[in-house]
Amino acid sequence: MDTLLDVRDLHVEFRTRDGVAKAVNGVNYSVNAGETLAVLGESGSGKSVTAQAIMGILDSPPGHITRGRIFFQGADVLSLHREARRVLRGARMAMIFQDALSALNPVLSVGDQLGEMFVVHRGLSRRDARARAVELMDRVRIPAARQRVGDYPHQFSGGMRQRIMIAMAMALEPDLIIADEPTTALDVTVQAQVMELLAELQREMRMGLILITHDLGVVADVADKIAVMYAGRIVETAPVHQIYQRPAHPYTKGLLDSIPRLDQKGQELYAIKGLPPSLLRIPPGCPFHPRCPMAQEVCRTDEPPLYEVGPKRGSACHFWKETLGG
Amino acid sequence: MAEAILEVRDLVKHFPLTQGIIVKKQIGAVKAVDGVSFDLYRGETLGIVGESGCGKSTVAKLLMNLERATSGQVLYKGEDITKLSGRALKAVRRNIQMVFQDPYTSLNPRMTVGDIIGEPFEIHPEVAPKGDRRRKVQDLLDVVGLNPEYINRYPHQFSGGQRQRIGIARGLALNPEIIICDEPVSALDVSVQAQVINLMGRLQKEFDLSYMFIAHDLSIVRHISDRVGVMYLGKMVEIGDDEQIYEHPTHPYTQALLSAVPVPDPESREHRERIILSGDVPSPANPPSGCRFRTRCWKAQDKCATEVPLLAVPERFKGADSPAAHESACHFAEEKDVVGAA
Repeated sequence: MDTLLDVRDLHVEFRTRDGVAKAVNGVNYSVNAGETLAVLGESGSGKSVTAQAIMGILDSPPGHITRGRIFFQGADVLSLHREARRVLRGARMAMIFQDALSALNPVLSVGDQLGEMFVVHRGLSRRDARARAVELMDRVRIPAARQRVGDYPHQFSGGMRQRIMIAMAMALEPDLIIADEPTTALDVTVQAQVMELLAELQREMRMGLILITHDLGVVADVADKIAVMYAGRIVETAPVHQIYQRPAHPYTKGLLDSIPRLDQKGQELYAIKGLPPSLLRIPPGCPFHPRCPMAQEVCRTDEPPLYEVGPKRGSACHFWKETLGG
Repeated sequence: MAEAILEVRDLVKHFPLTQGIIVKKQIGAVKAVDGVSFDLYRGETLGIVGESGCGKSTVAKLLMNLERATSGQVLYKGEDITKLSGRALKAVRRNIQMVFQDPYTSLNPRMTVGDIIGEPFEIHPEVAPKGDRRRKVQDLLDVVGLNPEYINRYPHQFSGGQRQRIGIARGLALNPEIIICDEPVSALDVSVQAQVINLMGRLQKEFDLSYMFIAHDLSIVRHISDRVGVMYLGKMVEIGDDEQIYEHPTHPYTQALLSAVPVPDPESREHRERIILSGDVPSPANPPSGCRFRTRCWKAQDKCATEVPLLAVPERFKGADSPAAHESACHFAEEKDVVGAA
């Protein structure tokens, strides 16, 4: 398969009044056409900042990409001129945000916002753009699209607004879509509808999809592979089935053990002790060592590389063998 | 566990919708809670689940009398809270405390942790004499797993999980019998959620608390609850113990809700049947006639549009010694295992 996106050794830092926050520290991942990569992590793990760097929408200043390269369809996008990146964005890579209500413009009708994509990128007339907007709304199954194309975002429910966001991202049939927590703000029954729609459109159009989430459950049946992030690093990568059965990093294992399960009633939940580190002061060695039940002397001093622990599997833990075995 | 500490009977809350600025005319009402009844037993955890807009948070506010009920009763030890005011209400509230969802907005940023946790003592000075308060607050910090030396810090110096612990300490200050928790962990990261849930479980045993645990996350509710009630559009549609609800649900909405929950295990997912509901939740200002779920239900028939199903043990399961014999408000209640129990 041809590689669509290749992120190599990406470093992003935020220079703030309190110091330098190292949000992303050497992230590597790649996505092929038609493939879904789930990026999993808690708040502050750097999962969204990586996505913003790929899209070229990082707030700068205070954000700076200090090292690394991002290849999209073979081209090094970080070396591209601003104007060239703007053409990429929307047409060839698009993003779906978590909170559709604040991502949509409240004073423009959804038809205008959807149509704008065609006016700006394809040079269509307003009237033709409007017709395309209706088609798109039909495609994401918004009932009575023709009547509702002139409605404003607040007139739609949360699930419908997220569908409009999806329609907008799909509008120009991009090759890559980055969905940042697309269903976090939605109720479970609506979440199921939206995830199904997203997966179906992706299959149809053979796009690459990066799904950013904190919910281990949501990604289980849509992702092909998973990258788990902690303190700006990827700590584990694996094809989706294997990670749930045999995690190779103590953090992934702790996360899986700490979620209450619908089909099991346990007593005490396993809890990862302590808190995620401040990005201003990331612990030396393995950033997870202060919270890790397996930590030893070497973890405090040496930062573990991403060891190859199996076919297409990596784990940044000195004791991955013990984690896999135990 | 026979003693009911709180009895809720036919509770109704309608928020009026008005038109006009000078002369206000009522043109309708948002039926946020529309006839809800249940009991809370001593020492148990009753989970309430439902999607946004189903009225679960309004129920919580009605129990505290933070909102005035339109009609119905909330009986605490035989006394109707909805009718109380002034001193009598204050006395009852001492025994019913609340923990809120958002630990970032429910703590005053200008008060120290000591002042926040000690504030309940200002309102109920009989609980702790003035000289004793500082020590009491430090004890409470210790109980919820925070360093007692943090007493002079401000909320912004704490992480989300630590703040929720402060909120819990404040809830415990007056030695209440009942704690109402409105989405207490949904704003927290996964690895911190487990810490707070374990803490709440430990405190319940230690202080013999009754919890009402309101959440939209069905997995967490199952973990912590003895009994679970499912709400939809202002009504309780099904209630029972955790095995009855999770392994033998009989209401189609409960079944759909359960089947939609993502389970972090691709293996077990393949054995699960997924029910994907069509459409959105209707507006509570204009709920469907008859059964409120009928517009999204795959079993709906003419009867569902005309007759409101009552919350009762369905006729066909009556007297049966089966976990399916629990209260469910559906004309066509039948058992269905959607979780794929392990």
